[in-house]
Amino acid sequence: MSELESGSELPRLAVTPDRYVTYRYAGASGDFNPIHLDDEFARSVGLPGRILHGLYTMALIARAQTEAAGGPGRLKRLAVQFRGPALPEHEITVSSSVTEQRDGRAIVTATATQQGKAVVRGATAELEL
Amino acid sequence: MAFPLHSYAVGREKVREYARAVGETDPLHLDLEAARAAGHPDLVAPPMFAVVYAGAAFERAMREPELRIDLAMLLHSGQEFEWGELVIAGDEIATRIELADVSERLGMRFYAFTSVSTNQRGEQVCRGTWTVLVRPRA
Repeated sequence: MSELESGSELPRLAVTPDRYVTYRYAGASGDFNPIHLDDEFARSVGLPGRILHGLYTMALIARAQTEAAGGPGRLKRLAVQFRGPALPEHEITVSSSVTEQRDGRAIVTATATQQGKAVVRGATAELEL
Repeated sequence: MAFPLHSYAVGREKVREYARAVGETDPLHLDLEAARAAGHPDLVAPPMFAVVYAGAAFERAMREPELRIDLAMLLHSGQEFEWGELVIAGDEIATRIELADVSERLGMRFYAFTSVSTNQRGEQVCRGTWTVLVRPRA
Protein backbone atom coordinates (compact mmCIF):
# COMPACT_ATOMS: atom_id res chain seq x y z
CA MET A 1 0.00 0.00 0.00
CA SER A 2 1.69 3.11 -1.22
CA GLU A 3 -0.20 5.42 1.17
CA LEU A 4 1.57 3.73 4.10
CA GLU A 5 5.03 4.66 2.84
CA SER A 6 7.49 6.28 5.17
CA GLY A 7 6.85 10.00 5.45
CA SER A 8 3.24 9.88 4.29
CA GLU A 9 0.35 11.35 6.24
CA LEU A 10 -2.74 9.21 6.87
CA PRO A 11 -6.14 10.82 6.32
CA ARG A 12 -6.95 13.15 9.22
CA LEU A 13 -9.94 12.14 11.34
CA ALA A 14 -12.08 14.94 12.81
CA VAL A 15 -14.87 14.13 15.26
CA THR A 16 -16.97 16.40 17.45
CA PRO A 17 -18.21 14.17 20.28
CA ASP A 18 -21.77 15.17 21.13
CA ARG A 19 -22.96 16.12 24.61
CA TYR A 20 -24.09 12.57 25.47
CA VAL A 21 -21.21 10.56 24.06
CA THR A 22 -19.74 9.78 27.48
CA TYR A 23 -23.01 8.12 28.55
CA ARG A 24 -23.15 5.95 25.44
CA TYR A 25 -19.48 5.10 25.80
CA ALA A 26 -19.94 4.27 29.49
CA GLY A 27 -22.72 1.84 28.59
CA ALA A 28 -20.76 0.32 25.74
CA SER A 29 -17.49 -0.01 27.66
CA GLY A 30 -18.73 -0.60 31.21
CA ASP A 31 -16.68 2.33 32.61
CA PHE A 32 -19.10 4.36 34.74
CA ASN A 33 -16.53 6.47 36.60
CA PRO A 34 -18.51 9.64 37.54
CA ILE A 35 -15.75 11.93 36.23
CA HIS A 36 -17.20 11.05 32.80
CA LEU A 37 -20.89 11.35 33.74
CA ASP A 38 -21.39 14.04 36.38
CA ASP A 39 -20.19 17.63 35.91
CA GLU A 40 -20.53 18.51 39.57
CA PHE A 41 -18.57 15.46 40.68
CA ALA A 42 -15.89 16.08 38.05
CA ARG A 43 -15.43 19.68 39.25
CA SER A 44 -15.28 18.53 42.86
CA VAL A 45 -12.16 16.53 42.00
CA GLY A 46 -10.49 19.41 40.15
CA LEU A 47 -11.51 18.73 36.56
CA PRO A 48 -13.07 21.35 34.28
CA GLY A 49 -16.27 19.28 34.03
CA ARG A 50 -17.21 15.87 32.68
CA ILE A 51 -14.31 14.57 30.60
CA LEU A 52 -14.22 12.05 27.79
CA HIS A 53 -12.98 8.56 28.57
CA GLY A 54 -9.34 8.35 27.56
CA LEU A 55 -10.06 5.03 25.92
CA TYR A 56 -12.74 6.71 23.78
CA THR A 57 -10.11 9.10 22.44
CA MET A 58 -7.80 6.12 21.92
CA ALA A 59 -10.61 4.42 19.95
CA LEU A 60 -10.73 7.45 17.64
CA ILE A 61 -6.98 7.11 17.09
CA ALA A 62 -7.45 3.38 16.41
CA ARG A 63 -10.24 4.13 13.93
CA ALA A 64 -8.05 6.60 12.04
CA GLN A 65 -5.52 3.77 11.67
CA THR A 66 -7.89 0.96 10.66
CA GLU A 67 -9.70 3.19 8.15
CA ALA A 68 -6.39 4.12 6.56
CA ALA A 69 -4.90 0.63 6.62
CA GLY A 70 -7.88 -1.26 5.25
CA GLY A 71 -9.66 -2.92 8.15
CA PRO A 72 -9.57 -3.94 11.81
CA GLY A 73 -7.11 -6.81 11.29
CA ARG A 74 -4.38 -4.42 10.13
CA LEU A 75 -3.90 -2.70 13.48
CA LYS A 76 -1.41 -4.84 15.40
CA ARG A 77 -0.32 -2.47 18.15
CA LEU A 78 -1.29 0.91 19.58
CA ALA A 79 0.31 2.68 22.54
CA VAL A 80 -0.79 6.07 23.88
CA GLN A 81 -0.09 8.43 26.74
CA PHE A 82 -3.00 10.61 27.82
CA ARG A 83 -1.71 14.18 28.17
CA GLY A 84 -4.77 16.00 29.40
CA PRO A 85 -8.51 15.74 29.71
CA ALA A 86 -10.65 15.97 26.55
CA LEU A 87 -14.16 17.38 26.69
CA PRO A 88 -17.45 16.64 24.96
CA GLU A 89 -18.79 19.08 22.33
CA HIS A 90 -15.36 20.20 21.10
CA GLU A 91 -13.77 18.85 17.95
CA ILE A 92 -10.99 16.28 18.26
CA THR A 93 -8.65 15.81 15.33
CA VAL A 94 -6.38 12.82 14.87
CA SER A 95 -3.27 13.32 12.72
CA SER A 96 -1.09 10.35 11.85
CA SER A 97 2.12 10.01 9.92
CA VAL A 98 4.15 7.00 8.88
CA THR A 99 7.64 7.21 10.33
CA GLU A 100 9.05 4.01 8.82
CA GLN A 101 8.32 0.55 7.46
CA ARG A 102 9.80 -2.37 9.36
CA ASP A 103 9.22 -6.15 9.24
CA GLY A 104 6.11 -5.89 7.09
CA ARG A 105 4.59 -3.17 9.23
CA ALA A 106 4.15 0.57 8.92
CA ILE A 107 5.09 2.41 12.12
CA VAL A 108 2.83 5.41 12.65
CA THR A 109 3.01 8.32 15.07
CA ALA A 110 -0.33 9.92 15.90
CA THR A 111 -1.59 12.92 17.84
CA ALA A 112 -5.10 13.75 19.04
CA THR A 113 -5.72 17.47 19.44
CA GLN A 114 -8.59 19.42 20.96
CA GLN A 115 -8.85 23.21 21.20
CA GLY A 116 -5.23 23.55 20.15
CA LYS A 117 -3.94 21.21 22.85
CA ALA A 118 -2.63 17.69 22.39
CA VAL A 119 -4.78 15.35 24.49
CA VAL A 120 -2.74 12.41 23.19
CA ARG A 121 0.73 13.03 21.79
CA GLY A 122 3.30 10.58 20.52
CA ALA A 123 0.90 7.69 20.10
CA THR A 124 2.55 4.83 18.23
CA ALA A 125 0.67 2.44 15.97
CA GLU A 126 1.87 -0.55 14.00
CA LEU A 127 -0.08 -1.43 10.86
CA GLU A 128 0.31 -4.62 8.91
CA LEU A 129 1.16 -3.91 5.28
CA MET B 1 -0.35 -9.58 42.51
CA ALA B 2 -2.54 -11.75 40.26
CA PHE B 3 -6.33 -11.77 39.94
CA PRO B 4 -8.88 -14.43 38.97
CA LEU B 5 -9.26 -15.30 35.28
CA HIS B 6 -12.01 -13.20 33.73
CA SER B 7 -14.28 -14.83 31.11
CA TYR B 8 -16.24 -12.81 28.60
CA ALA B 9 -18.72 -14.06 25.96
CA VAL B 10 -18.66 -11.70 22.96
CA GLY B 11 -22.23 -10.86 21.91
CA ARG B 12 -23.19 -9.63 18.44
CA GLU B 13 -25.26 -6.71 19.77
CA LYS B 14 -22.49 -5.72 22.20
CA VAL B 15 -20.10 -5.48 19.26
CA ARG B 16 -22.61 -3.26 17.45
CA GLU B 17 -23.23 -1.12 20.55
CA TYR B 18 -19.52 -0.57 21.10
CA ALA B 19 -18.83 0.09 17.40
CA ARG B 20 -21.58 2.73 17.30
CA ALA B 21 -20.42 4.39 20.53
CA VAL B 22 -16.99 5.08 19.04
CA GLY B 23 -18.28 6.01 15.58
CA GLU B 24 -17.08 2.97 13.63
CA THR B 25 -18.64 2.71 10.17
CA ASP B 26 -16.81 -0.39 8.86
CA PRO B 27 -19.60 -2.86 7.95
CA LEU B 28 -17.51 -5.72 9.39
CA HIS B 29 -18.56 -4.44 12.84
CA LEU B 30 -22.19 -3.67 12.02
CA ASP B 31 -23.52 -5.73 9.13
CA LEU B 32 -23.68 -9.51 9.55
CA GLU B 33 -23.95 -10.20 5.84
CA ALA B 34 -20.93 -8.04 5.09
CA ALA B 35 -18.90 -9.78 7.80
CA ARG B 36 -19.90 -13.20 6.46
CA ALA B 37 -19.19 -12.15 2.88
CA ALA B 38 -15.68 -11.24 4.03
CA GLY B 39 -15.21 -14.74 5.40
CA HIS B 40 -15.96 -14.18 9.10
CA PRO B 41 -18.50 -16.33 10.94
CA ASP B 42 -20.09 -13.30 12.64
CA LEU B 43 -19.50 -9.59 13.32
CA VAL B 44 -15.86 -8.61 13.85
CA ALA B 45 -15.11 -6.63 17.03
CA PRO B 46 -13.11 -3.41 16.53
CA PRO B 47 -9.59 -3.76 17.99
CA MET B 48 -10.41 -1.38 20.84
CA PHE B 49 -13.25 -3.70 21.90
CA ALA B 50 -10.43 -5.04 24.09
CA VAL B 51 -11.59 -2.45 26.62
CA VAL B 52 -14.83 -4.45 26.95
CA TYR B 53 -13.53 -8.01 27.34
CA ALA B 54 -10.31 -7.11 29.19
CA GLY B 55 -11.53 -3.84 30.75
CA ALA B 56 -13.80 -5.65 33.17
CA ALA B 57 -10.79 -7.55 34.50
CA PHE B 58 -8.91 -4.25 34.81
CA GLU B 59 -11.84 -2.59 36.63
CA ARG B 60 -12.00 -5.46 39.06
CA ALA B 61 -8.27 -5.37 39.69
CA MET B 62 -8.35 -1.63 40.46
CA ARG B 63 -11.14 -2.22 42.98
CA GLU B 64 -9.12 -4.84 44.84
CA PRO B 65 -9.46 -3.59 48.43
CA GLU B 66 -5.88 -4.50 49.27
CA LEU B 67 -4.58 -1.98 46.71
CA ARG B 68 -6.58 0.86 48.32
CA ILE B 69 -6.70 2.84 45.08
CA ASP B 70 -8.58 6.15 45.52
CA LEU B 71 -10.78 5.73 42.42
CA ALA B 72 -12.15 9.27 42.48
CA MET B 73 -8.62 10.66 42.08
CA LEU B 74 -7.59 8.16 39.46
CA LEU B 75 -6.72 9.14 35.90
CA HIS B 76 -5.87 6.84 33.07
CA SER B 77 -2.38 7.90 32.04
CA GLY B 78 -1.36 5.37 29.40
CA GLN B 79 -2.54 2.38 27.46
CA GLU B 80 -0.97 -0.10 25.11
CA PHE B 81 -2.56 -2.95 23.20
CA GLU B 82 -1.01 -5.55 20.94
CA TRP B 83 -3.47 -7.56 18.91
CA GLY B 84 -3.34 -11.12 17.62
CA GLU B 85 -6.31 -13.02 16.21
CA LEU B 86 -9.45 -11.01 15.45
CA VAL B 87 -12.26 -11.21 18.00
CA ILE B 88 -15.56 -12.36 16.49
CA ALA B 89 -19.05 -12.31 18.02
CA GLY B 90 -19.57 -15.73 19.60
CA ASP B 91 -16.00 -15.94 20.89
CA GLU B 92 -15.29 -16.71 24.54
CA ILE B 93 -12.41 -14.57 25.73
CA ALA B 94 -10.44 -15.34 28.88
CA THR B 95 -8.31 -12.55 30.38
CA ARG B 96 -5.58 -12.88 32.93
CA ILE B 97 -4.53 -9.57 34.52
CA GLU B 98 -1.74 -8.82 36.92
CA LEU B 99 -0.36 -5.83 38.75
CA ALA B 100 3.02 -5.32 37.09
CA ASP B 101 4.37 -2.21 38.79
CA VAL B 102 3.64 0.43 41.43
CA SER B 103 5.73 3.60 41.63
CA GLU B 104 5.55 7.07 43.13
CA ARG B 105 6.51 10.28 41.36
CA LEU B 106 5.72 13.93 42.01
CA GLY B 107 3.40 12.97 44.85
CA MET B 108 1.35 10.73 42.58
CA ARG B 109 1.09 6.96 42.59
CA PHE B 110 1.35 5.05 39.34
CA TYR B 111 0.00 1.56 38.85
CA ALA B 112 0.68 -0.58 35.76
CA PHE B 113 -1.40 -3.66 35.05
CA THR B 114 -0.78 -6.14 32.24
CA SER B 115 -3.47 -8.30 30.67
CA VAL B 116 -3.34 -11.27 28.33
CA SER B 117 -6.54 -12.34 26.56
CA THR B 118 -7.05 -15.57 24.66
CA ASN B 119 -9.99 -16.99 22.73
CA GLN B 120 -11.70 -20.38 23.08
CA ARG B 121 -9.05 -21.97 20.84
CA GLY B 122 -6.27 -20.71 23.09
CA GLU B 123 -5.10 -18.13 20.53
CA GLN B 124 -3.88 -14.83 21.94
CA VAL B 125 -6.18 -12.00 20.84
CA CYS B 126 -4.77 -9.13 22.87
CA ARG B 127 -2.07 -8.12 25.28
CA GLY B 128 -2.63 -4.91 27.22
CA THR B 129 -0.68 -2.60 29.50
CA TRP B 130 -2.92 -0.32 31.54
CA THR B 131 -1.31 2.58 33.41
CA VAL B 132 -3.20 4.77 35.87
CA LEU B 133 -2.15 7.55 38.19
CA VAL B 134 -3.77 8.53 41.45
CA ARG B 135 -3.58 12.19 42.42
CA PRO B 136 -3.32 13.09 46.11
CA ARG B 137 -6.45 14.63 47.63
CA ALA B 138 -6.06 18.37 48.23
